[in-house]
Amino acid sequence: MSAPTAPKFIGAPIRRKEDPRLITGRATYTDDIMLPRMVHVALARSPEAHARIASIDTSAAAAMPGVVEVYSGADLKDVIAPLPCVHSIEDLKEPSHPAVAFEEVRYAGDAVAVVVAESAVQAQDAAREVVVEYEPLPVVVDVVAATAEGSDLVHADIGTNIAFTAVTDVGDVDSAFAGARVVIEERFVNQRQIPIAIEPRAVVADFDAGYDKLTVWSSTQVPHFVRLLLAAVCGHPETKIRVVAPEVGGGFGSKLNFYAEEAIVAYLAKALRRPVKWNGGRTEDILATTHGRDQVCDLSIAADDNGKLLAVRATLYQDLGAYHQLLTPVIPGLTVGMLPGCYTLEHLQVTLHGVFTNKTPTDAYRGAGRPEATFMIERAMDLIARATGKDPVEVRRLNFPAADAFPFTTATGMEYDSGNYQASLDKLLEMVDYDRLRAEQETRRAAGELFGVGLSTYVEICGIGPSAAMTAGGWEACELEVRRTGGIVVKTGISPHGQGQETTFAQIVADGLGVTPDDVEVLHGDTDTCEQGIGTFGSRGQAVGGAALSRCVETIQNKARRIAAHLLEASEDDIVFEAGKLFPRGVPAKAMDFQQIIDAAYVASQLPPEIEPGLSATHFFEPSNFTFPFGAHLAVVAVDKDTGVVTIERYVAVDDCGRVINPMIVEGQLHGGIAQGIAQALYEEAVYDDNGQLLTGSLMDYAVPKATAIPEFELARTETLTPVNPLGAKGVGEAGTIASSAAVINAVVDALSPFDVAHLNMPASPQKVWRAMQGGG
Amino acid sequence: MFPGEFEYHRATSTDEAVRLLADNDGAKLLAGGHSLLPMMKLRLAVPTVLVDIGSIEELAFVRQDNGDLVIGSMTTHADIAASETVAAGHGALAEAAASIGDVQVRNLGTIGGSLAHADPAADYAAAALALDAQIEVLGPDGERSIAAADFFAGLLTTSLAPAELITGVRFPGAGGATSVYEKFAQPASGFAIVGVAAEIKADGGSCAAARIAATGISDRPVRLSQVEAALVGAALDDDGIAAAAEHADAGLTDVRSDMYAAQDYRRHLLGVLVRRAVTRAGS
Repeated sequence: MSAPTAPKFIGAPIRRKEDPRLITGRATYTDDIMLPRMVHVALARSPEAHARIASIDTSAAAAMPGVVEVYSGADLKDVIAPLPCVHSIEDLKEPSHPAVAFEEVRYAGDAVAVVVAESAVQAQDAAREVVVEYEPLPVVVDVVAATAEGSDLVHADIGTNIAFTAVTDVGDVDSAFAGARVVIEERFVNQRQIPIAIEPRAVVADFDAGYDKLTVWSSTQVPHFVRLLLAAVCGHPETKIRVVAPEVGGGFGSKLNFYAEEAIVAYLAKALRRPVKWNGGRTEDILATTHGRDQVCDLSIAADDNGKLLAVRATLYQDLGAYHQLLTPVIPGLTVGMLPGCYTLEHLQVTLHGVFTNKTPTDAYRGAGRPEATFMIERAMDLIARATGKDPVEVRRLNFPAADAFPFTTATGMEYDSGNYQASLDKLLEMVDYDRLRAEQETRRAAGELFGVGLSTYVEICGIGPSAAMTAGGWEACELEVRRTGGIVVKTGISPHGQGQETTFAQIVADGLGVTPDDVEVLHGDTDTCEQGIGTFGSRGQAVGGAALSRCVETIQNKARRIAAHLLEASEDDIVFEAGKLFPRGVPAKAMDFQQIIDAAYVASQLPPEIEPGLSATHFFEPSNFTFPFGAHLAVVAVDKDTGVVTIERYVAVDDCGRVINPMIVEGQLHGGIAQGIAQALYEEAVYDDNGQLLTGSLMDYAVPKATAIPEFELARTETLTPVNPLGAKGVGEAGTIASSAAVINAVVDALSPFDVAHLNMPASPQKVWRAMQGGG
Repeated sequence: MFPGEFEYHRATSTDEAVRLLADNDGAKLLAGGHSLLPMMKLRLAVPTVLVDIGSIEELAFVRQDNGDLVIGSMTTHADIAASETVAAGHGALAEAAASIGDVQVRNLGTIGGSLAHADPAADYAAAALALDAQIEVLGPDGERSIAAADFFAGLLTTSLAPAELITGVRFPGAGGATSVYEKFAQPASGFAIVGVAAEIKADGGSCAAARIAATGISDRPVRLSQVEAALVGAALDDDGIAAAAEHADAGLTDVRSDMYAAQDYRRHLLGVLVRRAVTRAGS
């Protein structure tokens, strides 16, 4: 975007326009939607992790008060097509994923029947009366054991639990290992996590028989995908489907999906000719919304005795859960792609297995594949430092590409757009006074304390992404309308749910057209208003959606100049558009207000035939590459020798996400992101028993950290613009999560060095840390 | 998530509450509702009749009575945690109250409700046992008093009769002893993985009397008699306390085990918390 004047709003910490309605309880979430004649849906779910459905009897449920209809899986299998998975993986095994199971259940929580009743409580009461006779089948829970010859099978019809194996082999790994002085082998586990968006998923649907129109409200990050997939799965014309994502209370990747309940509720609204609502609540959300992470990786690292990374060899097991959801098999590919981290690496060999187990399906969760990679490569750096006796800072510096090496192509074929890893690390070390910190560590260690310092210098892949690298398009769409009164409406294809684009997009427009953010209304999340879009995920809202908006602003600027040139009888190239005024260069006295141009555009009587009336623009922006934000994080921890409790004493981060539109919003993203990384490092783990029962099925057992567990953050930035989009913005939604787990674990392992602990997998719970101190790893 | 259907009664007096309990089989008392209502929503409890005692104002009080501390059963955790009267002689109780749940829970949950629920990881249980509390109850046959040691009968089980309600809890005066509560909380629920209440009477540098109890470790709160015996007469210094704390898990069977703390780790934590509690109470 050619910003003609110095930015006034871009870069300013403007208060979020979204917040007044959110903090005064005036926002409308899906469950707030009440429609006349609405009926309610409850799902009966399997308590068994793997069983054949011998029989199902819905008669008692159907006889319960208020019940309208009860459906088994068999009743729905011919009217709701199996749920789709979007991927481009060769030879992927894709077992059918029915919206409601009808022959076999494959995880505890798999839906087996649908009850519709006049009230939600009647529906839930009746769902308890659905009688299912289960014949238990062997349960597969261990992702590594599931790959063994002769393992019990999740899907007997495909004959294996391995949905795909992808091998990446670059350079000459065998020779590099053969010649290496330092070889380290370790098993890295990225535990399974439950996303826990504050708003559990909910769906409402309404069918207008007169127009044959289906309207679906869903707590989703991707309403346009939901529109497309509803058309495909329910067989209703896409042109007669409207999907609305009203206020959405967080997603973190778990609502970047297409779920059975969306199809079921849409189908029922049409079949019953009544509005239908489903709200899973927390219990169902924990069971039947996708989980995240769940990787086991056997990693070997080769280095020379200076600490130079020579080669990486890995066997990576991704637990897919029982079925493919929308992007399930795609996520671990991001781990492989980003495994080199921010280091030069020539030789790499990764064998990735995507493996079915009898658990809730996994899919994107904040960071989606990259926190896994960062955890491994950043732990590897510390393991190399330990093996060579060097400081972790020194090892990292030795392996960084030079600041002038960008664009930088990695062993896995990623082209890092721009970067300066030395600069962010330098700034971090200065902020913490690194030498003094290490001196303090020696003093406190001498006094018997367990005190650790951990680094994470990360790079991540954002601004997802160029369509060539995506299976379903990576562009973003935007419309900008200047209204007759001077008010401006932006209709974006992204679907923000906490990211603050109602504010940041208004800032971009305000600077570009010389208005204020209050003059700009940003609409999103309704496919009848914002007709085309991909959605909000992969830290793409600003980098791709904001870029589409920038193009629209530029088109409006150009058209305004053309109109001004005509009215002022000047050449278009000579018209300056500055702070809401248009005038011939050097003649500000002849300036017209932007409002006069708007009047001229809509009254249209003075426009020449070659200029169309109106003042609006539509653009699809196609990024030429991903963006690669980076930074350096440092955690300082103390470990209680008696109990194993880890306390984060300090958390300092320098992040580079390119151009910053609103620094307050960027800091907010980092706060939440770092907190979620700390959650993985120290607290959260979805635990299944050997029977496939989720032991952490409620927030009484699944440890989402409370605010008191999160330290203050000391944040700073460097700003390296990306050439990939006109804004220069890289994206920041996931950076904190991607960076922070590794920094915390590196600090914990550092603190435990008196016990000669080399590695610790997550979460570093008190019990696990205590066992490590007892020599139990 | 909805509870099953139930009949609701609001009692305006303790006598009426007892009568309603006696007249309705399977009736449950509703105090602060912070244990019962979640269980009802999960359908782990499906009472057909609820007797709400929330509006019986005379059950909410903290007062001194002949040197005893008496707390009404409907006194909230927040009020107990904030009471100077409680803190003055019964620090373990005040600290236990302050450590329960979160602000919302402390503002509504009550001491009587918590004791009657008898969660094996409840904080008050350890304090009640260490501080030799008497649970004062009213039933169809009148009033009686149950010693804390006899009150807890097992997992979610007490010696309350079906139509009895707790009216108050009586704690003997501290008599110059100091008490504290140390807790190691489960990170999700905030319940105690282990909680230790210790009341220590120091005489010079040594221990004249000790009462120590733990929660979270078994199906009910346990007195740590062997630690008490080892402490009495011993020096209240690091070595003396550490030596006594060695006995923390002596004789304990059926130690609880879960994903946050296996038995060996729980036993270890018990020792750590005993040491910390005695050190603080004895200083």
